[in-house]
Amino acid sequence: MNAIVISAIWGVVMMFSGIFSKNNAVIRGTALTGLALLIVVNILEMGGTHLFKVNVHGMLSFDSFSLLFNTIAFGSTFLYSLLSGRDMEKVGRSTPDYFALIFFILCGVSISSSFNTLLMLFLGIEIMSIPLYILTGTDKRNLKSNEASLKYFLMGSFSTGLMLMGITLIYGAKGSFNLNIISLGTGELTPMIGAGLLLLLFSMAFKVSAAPFHFWTPDVYDGAPTVFTSFMATIIKAAAFIAFLRLFDDGFGELHPHWQLVVAVITAATLIIGNITAVFQQSVKRMLAYSSIAQAGFMMFALVALNGVGKQGLIFYTAAYSIATIGVFAVLIKMKDYTFEGFNGLAKRQPVLAAAATVFLLSLAGIPATAGFMAKFYMLTAAVNDGHVMWLVIVGVLCAAISVYYYFRVIQAMYFKDGDAQEVQVSPVFKGLLVIIAAIVVLLGIFPQWLIDKLYYFL
Amino acid sequence: MIPVLLIVIPLLSGLAAFFIKQEKSVKTWAVFSTVITLAVSLLGLTVMKKATDLHTDVEWLPLLGSRFTVGLDGMGQILCLLTAVAFPMIFLATWNASYKKAHNFFAFMLLSQAGLMGVFLAYDALLFYFFWELALIPAYFLCSTWGGEKRIAVTFKFFIYTFIGSLLMLVGIIYLYLHTPDQTFALESFYKATLTTKEQGWVFWLFFIAFAVKMPVFPFHTWQPDTYEQSPTATTMVLSGVMVKMGLFGILRWLAPVLPMATWLNGDTVGLLCVIGMIYASLVAMQQDDLKRLIAYSSIAHVGLMCLAIFVTSDQGMQGVMIQMFNHGINIIGMWIVVELIERQLHTRKISELGGIAQKAPGLAILLVIVALANVALPLTNAFVGEFLLFNGVFNSSVSKMGYVFAAAAGITVILSAVYTLNMIQRVFYGNTNTLTAGVQDVKFNERFILGVLVIAILVIGVYPRPFLELTQGSVDTILSRMIIKQPS
Repeated sequence: MNAIVISAIWGVVMMFSGIFSKNNAVIRGTALTGLALLIVVNILEMGGTHLFKVNVHGMLSFDSFSLLFNTIAFGSTFLYSLLSGRDMEKVGRSTPDYFALIFFILCGVSISSSFNTLLMLFLGIEIMSIPLYILTGTDKRNLKSNEASLKYFLMGSFSTGLMLMGITLIYGAKGSFNLNIISLGTGELTPMIGAGLLLLLFSMAFKVSAAPFHFWTPDVYDGAPTVFTSFMATIIKAAAFIAFLRLFDDGFGELHPHWQLVVAVITAATLIIGNITAVFQQSVKRMLAYSSIAQAGFMMFALVALNGVGKQGLIFYTAAYSIATIGVFAVLIKMKDYTFEGFNGLAKRQPVLAAAATVFLLSLAGIPATAGFMAKFYMLTAAVNDGHVMWLVIVGVLCAAISVYYYFRVIQAMYFKDGDAQEVQVSPVFKGLLVIIAAIVVLLGIFPQWLIDKLYYFL
Repeated sequence: MIPVLLIVIPLLSGLAAFFIKQEKSVKTWAVFSTVITLAVSLLGLTVMKKATDLHTDVEWLPLLGSRFTVGLDGMGQILCLLTAVAFPMIFLATWNASYKKAHNFFAFMLLSQAGLMGVFLAYDALLFYFFWELALIPAYFLCSTWGGEKRIAVTFKFFIYTFIGSLLMLVGIIYLYLHTPDQTFALESFYKATLTTKEQGWVFWLFFIAFAVKMPVFPFHTWQPDTYEQSPTATTMVLSGVMVKMGLFGILRWLAPVLPMATWLNGDTVGLLCVIGMIYASLVAMQQDDLKRLIAYSSIAHVGLMCLAIFVTSDQGMQGVMIQMFNHGINIIGMWIVVELIERQLHTRKISELGGIAQKAPGLAILLVIVALANVALPLTNAFVGEFLLFNGVFNSSVSKMGYVFAAAAGITVILSAVYTLNMIQRVFYGNTNTLTAGVQDVKFNERFILGVLVIAILVIGVYPRPFLELTQGSVDTILSRMIIKQPS
């Protein structure tokens, strides 16, 4: 509850901060303060300190799962704002508004990670999505940004419609929005529940850009200003996944045998389509869009398996994936040419940037001694543990091998190819931050004990 | 204590090497570090032989059931010794070669040494997997940055091949882990994992593909000749001398004793692959005009024999594998050193363009001939001991019904190996000099020293292999007892 209230209030604060100060540094500082505050109050809540006594009538439940995820989401946003906050100013003139929207999104994130009724799920997802439609279109003079925004809005509304329809059908069958009540019953699949379940599955699959509902992703990620793509591909996606898992675990866990195969097929399709299409991209930004689809495939493993390991693994995965992706995007934003050739010879001119980007890419590819490996390890363990989906595990590892191809293309370009000088200007502070984040990625890969402990004892 | 030092010394000195910008000093640093590692390895072999010195067990990921367990048994000793010996040898032999950005080169070399040591020392499956991959990453950068013209594509192929194999192995490891009684990654609990024959069957292939790519065994070998050809020679020495042993070692530690039933059942299939690969590689080697490719194919043939001997499972065969892993390592490095010397002076590796080098460089010629004869496994050389045991093991195998056939087919490859090796010596070193080879100079002191040490080692092991055999007897007994306890009768 702490986080929901504070993030909503701070969103309003950010909106008005533009009136009091024209200095972007002050605005950025305010935003970072707000994010730090969010992290603190959320950790306080994990320790049992509730700043606001609100009776939510069981519509929200702040269990350790949601609180832990919130901490990671806020932490990632904090890192993201530190790294890329300056680049937001280059998108347009209304920096305070961008930060305000981000805070509102975070409010949506904390609702959708802790919902306990379908209504709250709907609200959470919508509070997350609507500011995003705006952020996608912030580069007003760029046609691609406008197109992306419109496309995202139309497709998003459509999937929201599907979700509402699904909620209605489930309500009709069960007589309640409450997940605890929905999960009661014999576990029998009546046509009405089946239809509702399928609609909910489709709409959630849309939100996490799982195949075959992924078509909006590349265009939107490509069209949106790169700073916001970074945010969209990481924190938003992770939050949608948490909601997805929560919905299907708490609400429809009993029906798991019925929907497991469908989800497994979606997962396999996501992995295959995401990875294979990523191979053919010429622009690193588009490649990262497809790679985010591919990574979504791996996160779906948690849903397919639906066991404790998977739940812990999903949180670990979101942390590992978010940090690494934010890092890669932070480097990408500094580039003027987004093609693979644009990265040629980067290692010679900016060794620190190239080395950090290499660590992030290795993590995304899942090489040991990076956080990405532990994340993939968790997901594979969850799926193997389930026992019914060994075929999916094999598809998964083969796809992971394909992913090496496109991640390493960037590394090859940076280190082994000579390029014409593309001037990249970065401040020493930025370099220092990148090094710190790369160190976090490696530390999470070698000594993940800290996070594992938290996951194990909280969930 | 010893195992930790063996990993930590190359790891830290490798990281430090990134910051030593002067070529001369980084070379010295690398040699210094590897000599220390060698000293530590010898210390573990001779003086500090207590169990507490040779094993270290530290908490790592308790919730996942993984511990930082490293230790040295006979097999580990011999492979760590090989790794420890190989690197200073390589650095000294290539002392005169110069690299762009030498500090990065030597840093990656040292890091790959750390990875290799880790693989040979790990007693925990997750740790093993960590090091398995960590040995690969530096090799990838080494080949892609300092290799020949086609290096990027070729190295990439190598990387993808190995990575697919590793991931399949990871699935296998996870599967076994979930079936251990206490849910840990320790080797001991892997022994106790309860699997049905069918499960063992397919987990076996998940592991085997990873190891087969690394060795490489036919039909997973296609990356190897290209990679050896394109890599800088110092890296090729690491790849062929030491890294290839990762595959064999993996089978001996993580496959055969853990999945004995499947190893028995699939023994003949794998044996057949090995034999096909050996004959095929030998025939191809005969046609090669490039020295590096010739040695690459000959390596496939030699490693195939070792793999074959593991899968027909007998006491002598296993002993042969142990000692031959070491012998093959130093012999092939010797061959590469000669190739490197020729290439650096003449800028060619084409056999058809060479000839008569012996007249100008008698020292080099004598040393090469001994190394090459060891490669053919002539008596008195180290490889004779190894291959004799291997053949004996294959021939007398009580496990495989095809032992005679395999031994006969493998015998042909020994003859073929003599054909292409002697043919190569004749065409490169004897005959008349041509305009290119007329100006060859004899070996310098450091190269002569290294090759001399090699030759002495070859002859000493060839005449008196007993210490080595005694060292590994324990490991052989453990593996065999693991495999025979669960013998299907």
